[in-house]
Amino acid sequence: MRILVVEDDKDAASYIAKALGEAGHVVDVAADGEEALNLANEAHEVMIVDRMMPKLDGIAMVEQLRAEGSATPVLFLSALGKVDDRVAGLQAGGDDYLVKPFAMAELLARVEALGRRKGTPETQTKLTCGDLEMDLISRDVTRGGQKIDLQPREFKLLEYLLRNAGRVVTRSMLLENVWDYHFDPQTNVIDVHISRLRGKIDKGFDLPLLETVRGAGYRLHAPD
Amino acid sequence: MALGYAVLSIVSVTMLFALLYWNTAIFVAEQTEETIEAEITGLAEHYRQAGLFGLTEVIQERAQGQRLSLYLLTDPNRRPIAGNLNSWPAETQPGTWIDFDYQRPVGSRMVEHRAHARHLVLPGGFHLLVGYDVQDQVRLERRMRQSMIWIGALALVLGLGGGLLMARHWLSRVDSVNKTLSEIMDGDMSRRVPVSGTNDELDRLARNLNDMLNRIEALMTGLRQVTDNIAHDLRSPLNRLRTRLDVTLMADQDKEAYREALSQTVVETDELLKTFNALLLIGEAESGLDWSNLEWVDLTSRLGDVVELYEPAAEDAGLSLDAHIAEGLGVRGNPNLISQAVVNVLDNALKYTPKGGRVCVEAGIENERPYVLVSDTGPGIPAEERDRVLDRFVRLEGSRSTPGSGLGLSLVAAVAKLHQASLTLGDNKPGLIVRLDFPKPNGR
Repeated sequence: MRILVVEDDKDAASYIAKALGEAGHVVDVAADGEEALNLANEAHEVMIVDRMMPKLDGIAMVEQLRAEGSATPVLFLSALGKVDDRVAGLQAGGDDYLVKPFAMAELLARVEALGRRKGTPETQTKLTCGDLEMDLISRDVTRGGQKIDLQPREFKLLEYLLRNAGRVVTRSMLLENVWDYHFDPQTNVIDVHISRLRGKIDKGFDLPLLETVRGAGYRLHAPD
Repeated sequence: MALGYAVLSIVSVTMLFALLYWNTAIFVAEQTEETIEAEITGLAEHYRQAGLFGLTEVIQERAQGQRLSLYLLTDPNRRPIAGNLNSWPAETQPGTWIDFDYQRPVGSRMVEHRAHARHLVLPGGFHLLVGYDVQDQVRLERRMRQSMIWIGALALVLGLGGGLLMARHWLSRVDSVNKTLSEIMDGDMSRRVPVSGTNDELDRLARNLNDMLNRIEALMTGLRQVTDNIAHDLRSPLNRLRTRLDVTLMADQDKEAYREALSQTVVETDELLKTFNALLLIGEAESGLDWSNLEWVDLTSRLGDVVELYEPAAEDAGLSLDAHIAEGLGVRGNPNLISQAVVNVLDNALKYTPKGGRVCVEAGIENERPYVLVSDTGPGIPAEERDRVLDRFVRLEGSRSTPGSGLGLSLVAAVAKLHQASLTLGDNKPGLIVRLDFPKPNGR
């Protein structure tokens, strides 16, 4: 993916650029909102925008970008982590919001998820991964034709994993998107939910689909 | 300002008296003119009917005595024929009004009096002057003018003096407010604006200022506490981290050892970040900045979600997690913070309760106040320790070297404070009860 990083802290920008580069992305860096508006173009699949910057701040920059008709997914980075700040970021046209300080794995996973979002229409009625199938209308889940019974929350969890199939999904992303919690509990409650889900979709099948990615999170993927 | 008020009061008093004066003077003058007009018309009529002789007779008769009416009938050459005036007083045009002074006998002396009269020319060229002694009016007017000057002067003195006195009083109070404020700006946050106790506008201003100062001081204290805590909580793990890296660098090691050291560092950094975020959140909740935009929180569904989130983890830990949550519970608050507070208490309960134990989340209404309690069958906290622990919550002091417990409960305390809820720790015999009583919902 080609990614535009807009961050006034030079060190932070270079670390982010390095991490994204090592993950196989092409990165452009802008040091402030005005420079970013000049640099931004259709080639960028995701933009990572710091909220507080000199000249033009992140919110104003994204608002202007959206007014110009750009639909490029935006991930806000911010030291401001209150719910209101998050809402302000999303209202301005941001697609995700990550509070500083953050783990690089978290940023990578979220960027991948955002980049993918562009390609998968929300209107899809069937989600699949290998021989695992989810029908969003009848709410039936099957693997290899075999019906799997899921609790409502497990269904939601699997739906999110399926929508991000092939990508790493962090615990925070799951808490935010499946439980709508914007904080991390000390106990790894998510791990237990995942292992339960795993017990239902992977147990008794030769090929495990739901894997743990050490130091990052989980990934649902079907080996070719 | 005092001068302004004085001038204003003098101007209004003067205007009031001027109005009174003009109205009275005009009224009396009109009355006089009407009387004269009536008399002169009557005399002219009499002349037409009774001729010069008749008129002379009537005038002679009327001019007798000390009456205030004045008459003078002359021939065409203005030589007096009859009346109580000795001579034609001034050059006049027929048909006009005149004012003149004349000598009037008062006792044995002659006194100059003012008169108002009308001049009429009768058929045959005779001149008739009918007037009225207006000396009393003149005196009244003079008296009123004098009064006006005196009252004006008095108003000036009173207005100026009173205004100055009042302004002096207010200014000295405003000055003391300003003095206090500049002392505060110089850094003495403990100073407060003096309140006189009269409960006037200035007092209310002073009280509002004091309330504002209290609020600012509380916020500043909170901020300082958070800063102190961050410094304390982040220093030791950072030192640990630095030591580890230092030791790793001391000797040449194989790739695997470096990798191990680095990944350990990443894990520790993650812990640091978690601590950092938790501290920020506590600071945010403690400062109470969000009180204004708290929303209606569906406590029943929030608690249900939390229990559902923890159920598998509890089961894995060999604990039973029971929920007794009343329907339709709601409080005004920050939904995210409430969830997190309950999550933190549950975290602790799961961590400290031995296998086979029981954790229970209960919520309902008692004394019209919504409450949430989490009980476990763990070791609990000894009664004498509980106060200390609660004490520690408030001041956010104490041993928080192990991330988790201390910080988690600190957040619960901060969230309770933000929601004006009371936090109590009790004995579950055995185990701990953590209970939050929210304030009675008003309105909705």
